[in-house]
Amino acid sequence: MFDLLGVPPQVLFGQLLLGLINGSFYALLSLGLAVIFGMLNVINFAHGALYMIGAFVAWLLLTKLGLGYWWALGLSPLIVGLLGVALEKTMLSRLYKLDHLYGLLLTFGLALIMEGAFRHFYGVSGQPYPIPDALKGGQNLGFMFLPNYRGWVVVASLIVCFGTWFAIERTRLGAYLRAATENPVLVQAFGINVPVMITATYGFGVALAGLAGVLAAPIYQVSPLMGTNLIIVVFAVVVIGGMGSILGAIVTGLGLGLLEGLTKVFYPEASNIVVFVVMAIVLLIKPAGLFGRER
Amino acid sequence: MPDGATVKTAMLEIRDLQAFYGESHVLHGVNIDVRQGEVVTLLGRNGAGKTTTMRSIMGIVGKRNGSIRFQGKELIGMAQHKIPRLGIGYVPEERGIFASLSVDENLMLPPVVKSGGMTVPQIYELFPNLQGRGTTQGTRLSGGEQQMLAIARILRTGADLILLDEPTEGLAPVIIEQIGVAVRKLKQRGFTIVLVEQNFRFAATIADRHYVMEEGHVVDMIPNDQLAQNMDKLHTYLGV
Repeated sequence: MFDLLGVPPQVLFGQLLLGLINGSFYALLSLGLAVIFGMLNVINFAHGALYMIGAFVAWLLLTKLGLGYWWALGLSPLIVGLLGVALEKTMLSRLYKLDHLYGLLLTFGLALIMEGAFRHFYGVSGQPYPIPDALKGGQNLGFMFLPNYRGWVVVASLIVCFGTWFAIERTRLGAYLRAATENPVLVQAFGINVPVMITATYGFGVALAGLAGVLAAPIYQVSPLMGTNLIIVVFAVVVIGGMGSILGAIVTGLGLGLLEGLTKVFYPEASNIVVFVVMAIVLLIKPAGLFGRER
Repeated sequence: MPDGATVKTAMLEIRDLQAFYGESHVLHGVNIDVRQGEVVTLLGRNGAGKTTTMRSIMGIVGKRNGSIRFQGKELIGMAQHKIPRLGIGYVPEERGIFASLSVDENLMLPPVVKSGGMTVPQIYELFPNLQGRGTTQGTRLSGGEQQMLAIARILRTGADLILLDEPTEGLAPVIIEQIGVAVRKLKQRGFTIVLVEQNFRFAATIADRHYVMEEGHVVDMIPNDQLAQNMDKLHTYLGV
């Protein structure tokens, strides 16, 4: 087989796949953050914790109720979404008239409480979650081996991301959402119930985090800290893509995952910081982010 | 005209309307009546409370009390998003064209609240400038076209009372003319229109009656056919 810049292709493609998987999670999570930020102007620090809860709900459904992966894929985002609706209704909605910082502080506090609670009950060591039978095994693509489950994660994430993009950019409901993001008072004056839209948007955004949690459960272990580890990078992704930009979140999420993968091949020492280096450069050159609009 | 109009039913009755933005008390007992099919203007200097009166009707001020009855229904205390659903269309001063929506999306945004609204071809007939611009970003239209779009999107909804806040502000005379023609056609179609205007000449060409506002209340009402006799008074009110 040929070598690329002295790197065996199996290593290169292996890392690119890993990057694509990480990128899929970045994209799903930063998409939820972008949708929420666009509509609520809240930087949802609880996003990582809700992703973790998504994974835990899947694990609990399996171990307590015997409901497997496919059940979890539907139920867990629903449960996390309803939890989000409850949080928005009872707490976040009281803060909209105050400075945005209060929303950030509230969600940060909520994240600490949720993670603390799960740590208390389940400890910090991860719980294993099995790959569903239908997605065990893998494909030999010639140049690399592709585990079925990882392929599924990439495909599922792409479908959900672009489905969300389509719903927001190309449908009537999405037009309401974009309009309400821009001028909620006027949209309300056309007879649309904006507070309900805001609640639903938060619920949907965190449901995406819950879905990412279920997808992640068989790959990473189900652990109370799984969200904390990921969310810092996801925030960097959102900043690079441009706060509130839907397409920016998706493209940047996948792109940075791949970039991380490549960095692991060619200069592994930098792989943990490459995202933040990119963030610093983007902030210097284009402060609103690659896809962001200057406000 | 006022004699003929009195037999028509009252569409909007505003009584002792008080409105507040935070601590500041902006409207101090506004009384206005609008009958079905009338075009009524609110005249007055900047800060007299004309826009606030409109925003109070739509329920988008900080706090309001008194009474606003639309077709007999009390609007004060009603949930904000229910007010337009009774058939009131609002065209704000800043026009409110959405930058993230195309012209078509802007046009189709406000939900239909009643049957009998204008169809899209009828709207294009009224505002030919908008035709063929559907995929353009809303805010890329000229100021006049944005104003037409802001009016057009309300006509689709079936609203029978239209609140127009300074539709001629910042527009070229030829565009103002076009807007005037459109407003007269809307009156012929039976729409009831409340118009806030600084451009008194424009108002005189389309309105049945003029309410003059000063410092948060109505100080005078002048029927359009008695305008000539009242010009001196009006000049003092408006400070022109």
